[in-house]
Parts: sequence; structure tokens; C-alpha cells
Amino acid sequence: MRIHFKTTYEQDIRLFPDLWTACVYGALILLAFALPYLINEFYIGEVTNVLIWAIAGLGLMLLTGQTGQASLGHAAFLAIGCYTNTILIEQGLPFIVAFPLAGIITGVVGAIIAIPALRLHGIYLAIATIALSILADDIIVLLEPWTGGVSGKFPEMITVFGLEIERWTMPTRFYYLVLVVTIICTLFYRNLLRSPLGRAFAAVRDSEVSATAMGVHIARTKATAFGLSCMITGWAGALMGYYAGTFNNETFSIVISITLLMMIVIGGLGSIHGAFFGAVVVAFLPQGLSILKDGLIGGGVAIPGLETGVFGMILILFILFEPMGIYGRWLKIRIWFELFPFARKDMFRRQKSYLKTERLR
Amino acid sequence: MFGSETVHSGRGEEILEVLQLLVSGLANGCVYGLIALGFVLIYKATEAVNFAQGDFMMLGAFVTLGLTNAEYLDLPFWIAAPLAITIMAVLGYLLDFFILRHLFGQSQTAVVILTIALGFVLRFVAGLIWGHEPQTLESPLALGDVQLGGVVLGMADVAVIVVTFLLTWSLYQFFQRTKLGLAMQAASQNQMAAYFMGIPVRWVQGLIWGLAGATAAVAGILFASKGAIDPNAGLLGIKAFAAAVIGGFGSLPGALAGGLIVGVIEPFAARYLAAGYSQIAPYALLLAVLVFRPHGLFSQVRVKKV
Amino acid sequence: MSLLEIKNATLKFGGVVAVNDLSFSVEEGEVYAIVGPNGAGKSTVFNLISRFYEPFAGQFTFDGQNLLDRAPDEVADLGIARTFQNIELFEHATVLQNLLVGRHRHRKSTLIEELFFAPRVRAEEHRHREAVEEVIDFLDLQPYRNKMIAGLPYGVRKVVELGRALASGPRLLLLDEPASGLSVEETQDMRWWIDDIRKQMGITVLMVEHDMGLVSGVSDRVLALADGAKLAEGTPAEVQSNPAVIEAYLGAGAV
Ligand SMILES: Nc1ncnc2c1ncn2[C@@H]1O[C@H](COP(=O)(O)OP(=O)(O)O)[C@@H](O)[C@H]1O
Ligand SMILES: [Mg+2]
Repeated sequence: MRIHFKTTYEQDIRLFPDLWTACVYGALILLAFALPYLINEFYIGEVTNVLIWAIAGLGLMLLTGQTGQASLGHAAFLAIGCYTNTILIEQGLPFIVAFPLAGIITGVVGAIIAIPALRLHGIYLAIATIALSILADDIIVLLEPWTGGVSGKFPEMITVFGLEIERWTMPTRFYYLVLVVTIICTLFYRNLLRSPLGRAFAAVRDSEVSATAMGVHIARTKATAFGLSCMITGWAGALMGYYAGTFNNETFSIVISITLLMMIVIGGLGSIHGAFFGAVVVAFLPQGLSILKDGLIGGGVAIPGLETGVFGMILILFILFEPMGIYGRWLKIRIWFELFPFARKDMFRRQKSYLKTERLR
Repeated sequence: MFGSETVHSGRGEEILEVLQLLVSGLANGCVYGLIALGFVLIYKATEAVNFAQGDFMMLGAFVTLGLTNAEYLDLPFWIAAPLAITIMAVLGYLLDFFILRHLFGQSQTAVVILTIALGFVLRFVAGLIWGHEPQTLESPLALGDVQLGGVVLGMADVAVIVVTFLLTWSLYQFFQRTKLGLAMQAASQNQMAAYFMGIPVRWVQGLIWGLAGATAAVAGILFASKGAIDPNAGLLGIKAFAAAVIGGFGSLPGALAGGLIVGVIEPFAARYLAAGYSQIAPYALLLAVLVFRPHGLFSQVRVKKV
Repeated sequence: MSLLEIKNATLKFGGVVAVNDLSFSVEEGEVYAIVGPNGAGKSTVFNLISRFYEPFAGQFTFDGQNLLDRAPDEVADLGIARTFQNIELFEHATVLQNLLVGRHRHRKSTLIEELFFAPRVRAEEHRHREAVEEVIDFLDLQPYRNKMIAGLPYGVRKVVELGRALASGPRLLLLDEPASGLSVEETQDMRWWIDDIRKQMGITVLMVEHDMGLVSGVSDRVLALADGAKLAEGTPAEVQSNPAVIEAYLGAGAV
């Protein structure tokens, strides 16, 4: 068991609380960079997919986990990021400028959209964002001159300082690009959590009145959260475009929005780990199922809705039995080992709280 | 499609066309309204939103179809329909009993996502049982047309409208007049107080889920009488959401009104707006309502006292 | 000049007159208590000062500045902090984080700086933390520093809420029923804290309280409120012996 003897405040402020944790994450990052030498290109592609979903998950997590606003329309922001990036590059901007800008533009659009949505709570926000996701599809078709409508677009090859990056022919380079973006987004997220704005997010989530009384501007804070969330999501969208190789109005459908939300719930709402755990499930579930299916009833038989059906069941089981998601389970297992053999079952008992009515604000 | 046959444009023809658009819109709107009714019932009683209500409707339709169609059980329709409604009511109750009840105290987000996931599961299960080919219900409601002063109305459309209004009216009466209905209202307005007044809140909430299941079954039967269904039919629940929000999520007549508004907008938008814009209409209206009346047209939200 | 001055304030909710042509002022450095039966409008006065409600009429001045020109989130910037009758803490955060939110009005870093955790953010975090640790020491909250609010007993929550208000470094502290629901010992602690807050920290306190023992123990002046209007004002002893006050309390059946 690790005991933190706190000697300076710095321990709570710095990136990692102790040397051990810093070493663990350092090793993890080293491993991530060494990965292309350890596994073959096919699996590098799969891991890239996990990381892209994780970035998208971080984006939505910031909104849902940190400020408690559920969005069922984040695929729309994936789309904005993806199209903006592609269009900016077509206009002649270099990738190194276009890509960050695409995220920032998505963030600004998100914050602007958030302004009317700020007054919405709970289900109303969920429904408004569903509508947004559905509208995105139609709007992409209507904006055919820019978006290519139903025939879609193919992103150009990425060049960063003369280095060419392409998902199919050079999966390793693309992997490194995605890895760097992942690390940057994770750092942003972590930095927010340990600074005043991150605390204001939690304050807005838990009690708007007292947050106001402490000097937090509710609307501005929520819009900022929405904007930051959309910025990260926009980057994920741009990367998804490259990963898919082609995209059109149906690529970023409402199903993607829903999958994203389910993903972060399964992973564990409110934690950075949760986004990554959830991404692993989303990325590997299809493969896992098809292997299972081939083993059980032979290949070649298509079962429509199998993936979403199983995904739905997993989610229901998690919400019923482990509302903190995979991360919650992981924490418990870790604590159990750290305390071994002193862990007690009721240490993990859930806190009961009463339904907070939505009719009062 | 309506409208495409009327080539020559006389004034009378135009009025007829508008009438036909109106009736078909109303009939669709009734189905939305019935699903929206389910949302509102559950929301009022538990503050949960059942995003799977559309899939309940789909399931209700398939259960009826499985009971009555010749290639399945081949029961007479008038036995199959009440049976299906009962089955769906029981299913709704059990769902609450085994799943929703255990979410007590969790965030709204959890409930929202759970019911969405439930929808996925129901779609998957329905596909496994009944396949993914569109099928039609062998329903006596689906037969023939009614001639009303030159307007040709589908029998099914008329039946849908009549049944919907009857059902909404009786639900409304139920909540206003019967003891159980009033208890349900009380349970919805203040769970804690209702609990202390001796109303078995959990049991009442289970009943509401059952009622929502039954309503969905009725919607499903009507929907399947109007056309083919497949496991993805429940996705039109999204339009029913729009309906419920426009109606304000608070009142049963409001839900029906919202459904009718969405239902009527659709055929008219398809007829009079350019192709790309017509599908947008219901959602644009939804967003407009949310922007200007954030809690629907008949808001129930008050400011919290501190 | 008084620190807080309220003149002819009126607020109605539908037919209910919650605050009725009420005037009073709080001097710098004093503890001023508002008493009155339930529904008298005490919390409403606080909510008016916090700018949660818009008064129908009246003037609200804090340190010579017009409070009515301020948005609700700008009131904290003036140096007014408060607690709530029914505890409004950030449930899913730790005690430390709750107290740090109290420092929000001192935030100087920008969004970009925070995203990159610039040196200035780090320096400010240290400063916030020091301020919060002082409060933690003052209120003996050390054992709870890293505990989630959701699992804390009621009495501790009340103290954390007081701590969050103190962490903001206010000039005026509004306490809405600070001792309600507390045990005798906890109430005793609260009394000492309020005394120290005024004497050591020099913070002016405006509080609503039912516990007359606490009120007479700590406050310099008392305002008795009934149906939103002033019934009596004066030292605790004067107000307690005022016939109208006794009448209102016995009539209302309270205490
Ligand atoms: N947000 C509100 N909406 C309607 N009525 C309110 C509201 N806040 C307070 N009231 C009413 O104003 C009166 C005073 O309430 P309050 O200030 O909370 O009393 P107390 O003196 O017990 O703190 C009460 O009649 C209460 O019902
Ligand atoms: Mg009060």
C-alpha cells in the first residue's frame, strides 16, 4: 500500500501525485512509442482506432463527466472537425495549421451552439443534441458545394514538415501522429482538472446556485466547457476522417453520437481513464463478436444489430452493477490488492442519494 | 405518396389535396402522439425518459403480428390485439421491476443512456425473432378506403385518429378522476411526500411503466395497420420526442398536440419545401421551441428555492 | 457609512409578499442577526442580496456601490460570501475542491494559461491552497480534506459550507441558519467560530438564526422579521423583550 505523506502542496498540484505514478505513466508512454516495434501493422491500425475513439471520448467526457451535461449529438462536432480540416487543407493551408485550427473552429461553433442550449437541462439538452445530430446529416447534404454531399470527400495525404503521413500505406506514421494528439488532449484535460476552471465545471455540475454565489458565471462556464469539449471532439473527427479514408453525410451519424456517450459511461464517467477504457471496448467489440460468432455458428452468417445489441446489453449491465464503469471496477480491484488482505466488501458500498428533481432549478 | 397524382391543378383539387395531406399527417401525428404519451406518462411519474418508447411500439406491433398473422400463430385479430397489449403492459412493469427501479438515485444521464441501450437490445431481439424484412400486420383496420365528399381516406388513417383520441381522452379521465390516477399524479409530483402519505410509490411507478407499455402496444398496432414494420421502425420515436418536447413533456393532451403538429408539418413540408429542407422541418421546429421555450410550450419547471 | 444598506426593499411571489418595505443596515465589523418565524422572508432577504431575485422596489448598497448593478456572479467579487439554509455543496467533489471553488473570485489565469498549466497558474494554485489551508486549520477540517462531500455527516457539511464562504476572503459573510440541525456541541463550536470570524478576521457577519442562545451570544444587533416586514430592531435583549416579537412568536406558534 502506498501512503502519501504530504509535505508540500505541490504534491496535489503537479501532474502526478508521486514518483511511482509518474513512473507508471512514463512507462506507459514509452510502451506506446515502442509499440510499432512490438506488434504488426494491422494491430497498429487497431490501436490507432482505439486512440482516436479515446480522443473523442475525452472530448465528450469533458462535457458529460465534468459538467454533467449529456450530449447525444457529438457526432455533429466530429463531422465539423473532419470537414473543416479537409476543406482548410484543400484551400492550401498546411496540415500543421489546418488541423489545430479545425479543432478551434469546431470549439467556437460548439460554444456558439451552446449559448441557446445552456438554458436546457438534462433530457431537454439530450433531445436538443439528438436533433442537432440528425440535422447535421441533412445540412451536410445541403452544403454540397463545400462538403461534396452524399458522394463525400477523400482527405488529402498529410504532410508535416515534408514528412508524408497516410493511414493505409504508412500506418506507423499515422499512429505516431494520433498518439501525439492523444497525449496533448490528455494533458489539456488533466491541466483543466487541476486548475480553477476545472473546479468551476464541477461546481456548475453539482450546484448552480452556490457556484453563482462563489462568483462562477454559469452560462460562460458551460459555454466554455461545451467549446473545449467540441474542440477536442473536432480533432478526433479530423483524425477519423483520415482513418476512414473517405467520409460523407452518413459517416458521423446519430449512432456514432450514441456510441460515444455509451462508451464513456462504460469506461467510467468523469475520469480520463474512462475514455480510454471505453475506447478499447468500442474498438475491439466488433472483432471480438465476429470471432465469437465464427466460433459458435460458423462464419459468413450476418446478424444485423448484433454489435449494437450486445453493446447495449453490456451498458445495461454496467449501469446496474457498476455505475462507475470499467474505471470504477479497476479502482476497486487496485484498492483490494493494495489493502490485501484487509479489504472489506462494504468498503465499496454505494452511496445512496435521492432523486434530484429536474423540475426545480 | 400523396400529392404526386394530382397533376391538373384546379382550386377544388387543391383543397382536396390539402385535406388529404392533413388527414394523412394527422394519422401519422397520432402515432407520434401515442408514443409521446408514453414518454410523458413515464416522465411525469418518475422523471425518467424512456428513449426506448419507440422500440416498445415496434415490439408491440411485432407481438401483435406474431400472434395474429397467418404464418405465425394465426389468432383472430380481436383476441391478438388485447393479448399483445397485455403482454406489453406486463413487459413494461417487469422492466421497471428488474431494471429501472435499481437506478433510483442515479443521474438522469444514466437513465437516458440505459433506455437508449434498451432500445438497441429490443431491436436486436426483434430482429432475431421476426427477421429484418418489412412485414405487414393482417389487421381488419387496414382494409379499404372511406369516401368523404370526394376525399378518399384510408380506413386505417381514420381508425388511427379515432382510437388515439379515445385513448388520450380515457387516460386523461383516468388521471383526473380515478383514485389510482390521482395517486399516480401525487407520486409524480412529489415522490417523498407521496411516500409519506402512504402511496406505494414504487408500485405506482411500475404500473406507470406498464401503462406506457400498453400505450406503446396500441401505437404499434395502429402503426402496423397503416404500413409495413421492421425492427428499425422504433426509430421514429425520435420524432415522437420532438412531439413530446413541443408539447412540453408535462401534459397528456400536450403530447398528443405535439404529435399532431409534427405529423402535420411533415407531409406539408414534403409537398411545399425543396427536397433537402423538408426532413429538417420537425427538428428545426423542435430546436426553435427549445430555444424560445426551453421547457416546452407548457412548461412545468420552477426555480429552486434556496 | 454602513457596509450594507437596504432601503425600502419589497419582493412579492404571486400573492405572497415575501419582503415588505424593509429597511436595515449592517455596520462594518458587527454581527447582525435576523430572526423571525418560518416564512418570514429571511432567506429571501439573503437571496435579494445575492441578486438571485430581482426586487420590486428598494435600494441595495454595499460599501457605497449599488448592488442592483451587479449580476449574481459579480456579487462575490465585491466580497460577499454566503451559506445556504439547505446546504448547497458540490457533492461529487472533495472538501478541498469545494473550498478551492470558494477562491474562484480570485482567479486571474486565463483559459489558455490553464490549458497549458502555465507557471502563473501553478503559482496561483499555491496561493489558493495556502488560503484554503488556513481555513481548514481554523475550522479543524484536516481529517476531511480529501473526502467526498457525498459521504460526510450533516454537521461536517455545515462547517465545510462555512469554510467555502470563508475561503473566498469576504468582507461580508451571510450565514443562513448556520446552527440549524447541529448538536449542542457543534452549535457551541459554531458560536466560537462566528466570534473569531468577526474578531480575528474582521469579517462582518449577517446571519439568520433560530437558536436564540446563539443569537444573543454572538450578535451585536438583531432584526426581528414577520411577514417580510421589520417588527423590531435592537440589541438581543431589547428584541427578545419586545412585546410585538413575543406576540409574533407565540402567535405563529414557533420556538
Ligand atoms: N422562489 C420562491 N417562489 C415562491 N415563493 C417563495 C420563493 N421563495 C420564497 N417564497 C415565499 O416567500 C416567503 C418567505 O420565504 P423565506 O424567505 O424562505 O422564509 P424564511 O424566513 O423561513 O427563510 C414564504 O412564504 C415562501 O413561501
Ligand atoms: Mg429560510
